[in-house]
Amino acid sequence: MSTSVIERRYVAGRPLRWREELRDIWHHAALLYELVHRDLTVRYKRSLLGFLWTMLHPLLLMLIFVVVFSAIFRGNSPHYETYFLSAYIAWNFFAQTTTNAMAAVAWNGPLMKRVRVPPSIFTLSTVVSGLVNVGLSLIVLFTIMLVVGAPLRASLWFLPVSLLLVGIFSFGAALALTAISIFFGDVREMVQAGMPALMYLTPIIYPLSIVPERYRWLIKLNPLVYIVEIVRDPIYYGIVPAPRTLLVATVISLGSLAAGWMIFRHSAPRFHAHL
Amino acid sequence: MNVIELHGVSVRYRETRIRSLKETVVRGLSGHGRSPWFYALHDVSLAIHHGEAVGIIGPNGAGKSTLLRVAAGIIPPSAGVAVTRGTVAPVMELGTGFEAELSGRENIFFNGALLGCSRASMRSRADEIIDFSGIEPFIDAPLRTYSTGMVARLAFAVATAIDAETILLDEILAVGDAAFRSQCNARIARFVRNGATVVVVSHELEPLESLCSRAIWVAEGRVVADGAAIDVIERYRRQSSAALSA
Repeated sequence: MSTSVIERRYVAGRPLRWREELRDIWHHAALLYELVHRDLTVRYKRSLLGFLWTMLHPLLLMLIFVVVFSAIFRGNSPHYETYFLSAYIAWNFFAQTTTNAMAAVAWNGPLMKRVRVPPSIFTLSTVVSGLVNVGLSLIVLFTIMLVVGAPLRASLWFLPVSLLLVGIFSFGAALALTAISIFFGDVREMVQAGMPALMYLTPIIYPLSIVPERYRWLIKLNPLVYIVEIVRDPIYYGIVPAPRTLLVATVISLGSLAAGWMIFRHSAPRFHAHL
Repeated sequence: MNVIELHGVSVRYRETRIRSLKETVVRGLSGHGRSPWFYALHDVSLAIHHGEAVGIIGPNGAGKSTLLRVAAGIIPPSAGVAVTRGTVAPVMELGTGFEAELSGRENIFFNGALLGCSRASMRSRADEIIDFSGIEPFIDAPLRTYSTGMVARLAFAVATAIDAETILLDEILAVGDAAFRSQCNARIARFVRNGATVVVVSHELEPLESLCSRAIWVAEGRVVADGAAIDVIERYRRQSSAALSA
C-alpha cells in the first residue's frame, strides 16, 4: 500500500483530470496484461490448432489475395507476395483493431457497470493483442520471404518504429469509433461494411503508380496510404521511409491519438447510461 | 478521514434511451424531443468515515445499488460531487468478470486485476483464496465446469482477499448455502475488526444488525434516515410491516 492516500473526485459533467486518468491506466497495468492474455488464450483454447489460428487465419486470406492479384500485377513488381503481405499486415491490424475494439466495449459493458476500471483499457488491450498478432504474422511473412528468396534487409530494424506509429494511429481511431458506437449501435455495422471499401482505396493490392496521375492526390487524402507505406518500405523496398513520408505519418498518428482521446474522454461520463 | 463523500449527488437517466442513428433523426424531425428524466438518486449528501461499517437498506428500486456504484466511482454523478479516498474494492455481483473458458486459477488473477491488484500480489494470495473457496480439486479446470455455488464461493474468496481499505458489497450475503453464508459473514466481521471500511447493501436485516454500527435507509432516491444501525433498522422494520398490513 502506498503511503499517500489516493483521492479521486468525480464531478458531474467533468471527465477525470488528465493526470488522474493516466495514473489510473498505469495502476491497471496488471489488468491490461490479463485482458491481453484472455484475448489471446480464450479465443483459441477450445480449438484444435489452438494458438496457430492467430497466424493461419490471415495467412489463408493472404493466400487468396496473392493468388488472385499476383496474376494481375505480375509484371509490375517482383515478389508480389512480399509486396502485398507487408502492407496487408499493417492494414489488417488497423481493420481488426478498430472493429475488435468496438466489440470489446460492447462485450465488456456488463463488467464496466460493476467494477471501476478506466474504460479506455479495453481499447488499449485490443491494440496490444493486435500488435502481438502482428508480431506472429511477421514471423510468418519472414519465413515466406526466406522460402521464396525475397531479400531480408537491414532496414528491418526500422520496423518497430513503423509499428509503433501504426499502433498509435489505430488506437486513436479505435478510441473515437468505440466512443461513438456506445451511443449508436449501428456505427459498428457501418464500420464493418466500410472497411473492405477502404481497403481498396488504399494501395495494398495495387501500387500507387497505377492510379492515374490526376487522381493520385485524391487517394493520398486517405491517411492509411502513409500508414501502410511506412511498414512496406522497410520490409519490401528495403529502405527507411523518406523523411517527408515519416513526418506525415507521425503527424497523422499523433493527430489520430489526440482526436480519439478527446472524443473518448469527453463522452466517457455518459457511457454508463448506454452500456 | 472520510473515505467516501457525496455532496448533493444526483444520478438521472432518460426514461427511454435512444440506441440508433435512425431513432435520433426520427425523434429530432418529429419534434418529440427527449424523454423525461428519471432520478435514481436525488440530491444525496453523506460521508462515510474510515473504519465504519455501514448498512444500506430500503425497498427494491430505492437507489441502493446506484448509491454504492456512485460511491465506488463506477457511475459518475449527473449532479454534485463524489469523492473517494484510498483503495476501494466494489463487489457488485459475485461472478462479475469471470470467464468460462479460463480455469479457476486464471480467473483468480483476472479478477484480482479487475480490482487493481498486481500479479505478484495475487500470487501471494492465491493459496489462501483457493483454501477459503474450498474447491481446490477443481481449481485448474475451466470455470464452465463449475456449479453456480462453486463460482460464488470462488468469487467471494477473491473479492474479499483483496486488502482494499474500503470494501463495498452489493447483495452478496444471500448467496450460497447456510454454512457458506455464515463463513462470509464471519469474514466481513473480520474486515470490520481489522479497521477496514465496509459498506453493505442487503435485504437481509439480521446480519446487518450484527455487522454494522450505522445504517442508511434509502427510498425513492433519497436518504430517509441515517443513524445508529439498531434504530434505523428498527424504524425500517416497523414501517415495512405497517405498509404490509395497510
